[in-house]
Amino acid sequence: MGSSTGLLHLGVVLDGAGCHPAAWRAPEAERPRLFEPGYLVDLARQAERGRLDFVVADDAFPSGDPRPDRVTARLDAVLALARVAPATESIGLIATVTTTHTEPFHVSKNIATLDHVSGGRAGWRVAVSTTDDEARLFGRKPAATPAEAYAEASETADVVTRLWDSWEDDAVIRDQPTGRYVDRDKLHSIDFDGRFFSVRGPSITPRPPQGQVMVALDATSSDAVAVAGRWANIAFVSATNVAEAASGAAAVRDVAAASGRDPGDVAVLAVIDAVIGADADARRARLDALAVRPDGDVLFTGTPGELASLMEDWFRSGAVDGFLLRPAVLPVDLTALVEGVVPALQAAGVFRRSYEAATLRERFGRPRPASRYATTGTAS
Amino acid sequence: VSRARKPIHLAAHFPGVNNTTVWSDPASGSQTDFTSFVHLAQTAERGKFDFFFLAEGLRLREHRGRIFDLDVVGRPDSLTVLAALAAVTDRIGLAATLNTTFNEPFELARQFAALDHLSAGRAAWNAVTSPDAFTGENFRRGGFLDRTKRYERAEEFILTCRQLWDSWADGAVVADAEAGVFASPDAVRRFEHHGDQFSISGWFDVPRSPQGYPVQIQAGDSDGGRELAAAHADVIFTRHASRADGQAFYADVKGRLARYGRRLDDLKIIPAATVVIGDTAADAEERADHIRHQQVSPQGAIAFLEQVWGRDLSGYDPDGPLPDADPDVDGGISITRGRVRHEQDPLAVAAKWRQLAGDRHLSIRELIIEVTTRSGFVGTPAHVAATIDDHVQSDAADGYILVPHLTPHGLDEFVDRVVPLLQERGAFRADYEGPTLRDHLGLARPPAATPVRSRPTGGVP
Repeated sequence: MGSSTGLLHLGVVLDGAGCHPAAWRAPEAERPRLFEPGYLVDLARQAERGRLDFVVADDAFPSGDPRPDRVTARLDAVLALARVAPATESIGLIATVTTTHTEPFHVSKNIATLDHVSGGRAGWRVAVSTTDDEARLFGRKPAATPAEAYAEASETADVVTRLWDSWEDDAVIRDQPTGRYVDRDKLHSIDFDGRFFSVRGPSITPRPPQGQVMVALDATSSDAVAVAGRWANIAFVSATNVAEAASGAAAVRDVAAASGRDPGDVAVLAVIDAVIGADADARRARLDALAVRPDGDVLFTGTPGELASLMEDWFRSGAVDGFLLRPAVLPVDLTALVEGVVPALQAAGVFRRSYEAATLRERFGRPRPASRYATTGTAS
Repeated sequence: VSRARKPIHLAAHFPGVNNTTVWSDPASGSQTDFTSFVHLAQTAERGKFDFFFLAEGLRLREHRGRIFDLDVVGRPDSLTVLAALAAVTDRIGLAATLNTTFNEPFELARQFAALDHLSAGRAAWNAVTSPDAFTGENFRRGGFLDRTKRYERAEEFILTCRQLWDSWADGAVVADAEAGVFASPDAVRRFEHHGDQFSISGWFDVPRSPQGYPVQIQAGDSDGGRELAAAHADVIFTRHASRADGQAFYADVKGRLARYGRRLDDLKIIPAATVVIGDTAADAEERADHIRHQQVSPQGAIAFLEQVWGRDLSGYDPDGPLPDADPDVDGGISITRGRVRHEQDPLAVAAKWRQLAGDRHLSIRELIIEVTTRSGFVGTPAHVAATIDDHVQSDAADGYILVPHLTPHGLDEFVDRVVPLLQERGAFRADYEGPTLRDHLGLARPPAATPVRSRPTGGVP
């Protein structure tokens, strides 16, 4: 796991004006810019200045009638992060892509391409759709139960990761004497025939720079934990205290071990929604007066020093490998994270001062795997 | 009748996954690295091109039951590449080919709206259709589409996307923090579509994008494809790049516009063309001949022949004569799969090729070079500029989409040596006049919530 480096992992969710439903009404919110190309770029660059591991672009198909007092519109996460990639150098870019209504072949090549355009910084956050509203946007099948949707997500992850391996790294040979551009023995059908679909392969897109793009998942229900333990390199758990964080992490690692994986292959990060700053209480009171947050959603409210202490405690206890911050309001709570929390974590010796690893996978201490289809060492 | 000089439109085709793209040349770079896309797109933008274009192929091509290994292969996802290119370009249009068979309207409309936002109004969509069960094996939906239904589905797909893009009025996002209204409820409509191909309903979740809709491109050459373009497309691609062929195609397609209440300028006709430049005419011809030999390798020549003959011809000498035996005609499944082909009778093709090879004393490879050479412009920069201008002014085209044979430097010479001459002639823009692709193409932004034009009668033949 990531803590073997002695450093915690820290990512941030970039979604609309922030995770508080009234975020867009805050005086600091950049409401007119939410759908402009530069908005997400500026936020990602700020996160990169803070040496964060990665940003997550949230995404989902819409369900429920839109509320005029909420920001319910979104831009496709893969495309939004592709737009960010050339404008950043080091930060990881994790795109949320749902599996219930999207073709696995498209998911695989789109995420692989995000990895190509970012030089190995991509991640895929697997998510599902379970509502009738989402099903009606496609009109192909009825809504799935969470158990079915996650079973299908698991199958999708299987297909997507196989397709990433379907081109061996050295498939392109440009062999002039025989006139062959590619060694077709290094391009592999996956011949997947599952419960939900079948996919022939190989991919049309060469193997991504990371070999296998980092897979992330919200391990927030037993169905999700089952998929996270099987497929995730990064699992996000919700917790209100360190004991909950530890038990959430243990649940994911148990499934990983039961799936025959090294439990250290999955880094577990606790999700923290946060209002950060000396004026956090007052800002939060103003936000809560404008919109009621969903039941059970915990919101950290405090100074950068307080948040850094909490993170250091949870991390040093061994409960989790790091944190996924959801800023209540953008960019103000991201700024507080980068300018206040990060320096405190660096001073405590638990967070990096500079980027060293080139790829997201390396940043998590994971080796680049060989393709599962590779025939060892026999060049023809 | 004298009339205003027509402005020329130019587009850049990223080198394709086929034998037009030469990989054996020392100057050939990666077909899939992002840096290759960046160089070509930025070169085209330096040349003030209208747009940069990516083709599509959703399954690796096969030949005689195995993956075809003689041509370049590999494609990143088009939309993702274009969104990344939006970060390193400012003005050039960004066009993706996306299939209407293996995608769904809600998802695709949402992706194109995102690309248009992320590029500040530079997105374009080349809608293609595929009834191809071979490609369908990569998709959960499989190869479900009857060939006769493909334009029907394409049209229903496009019109459904427009309904989604129109469901947000311009200015719907008011972001009134005081009143607590982000999107005005009066300006966002629920959509509902129930047709033969799609039955969907709900709320679209992307505000109307800078161009309203992405620029619509269509590439079909059949009657159905031409009719679809006349009804709905802003740009049509064609292979009719020669002057005479171009004029016939141009007259035919432009002649269909009035039926849909559209003006001649509403649809730009842009044939695909290759360009080979030389310091002298003889130099250019020599380079063109060299490139054609690179494009048709000895092994590639045999593979082309096998497509017509329908069987293994690997025992034949590419520098020798054509086979004496006739093609197999009862083979059933095509020997080559995943490649765009024109359906023709193999016996007739073989007879024609034998005649040509006999008359001109051509070897197999020489014959294949002869019959596969694509339309294009060969000559000095001045000759190429004058010819392109003449073709456009004489209504053989509204411009050309150039297909370079080399990645990533295949457009450098055209941009450096021909574009300035076109600009000197006053036939091509000296600089971009507006920020969006619609501005480059002289197309109006579709007004929001306009009822979509309906077709006069029935479906497409």
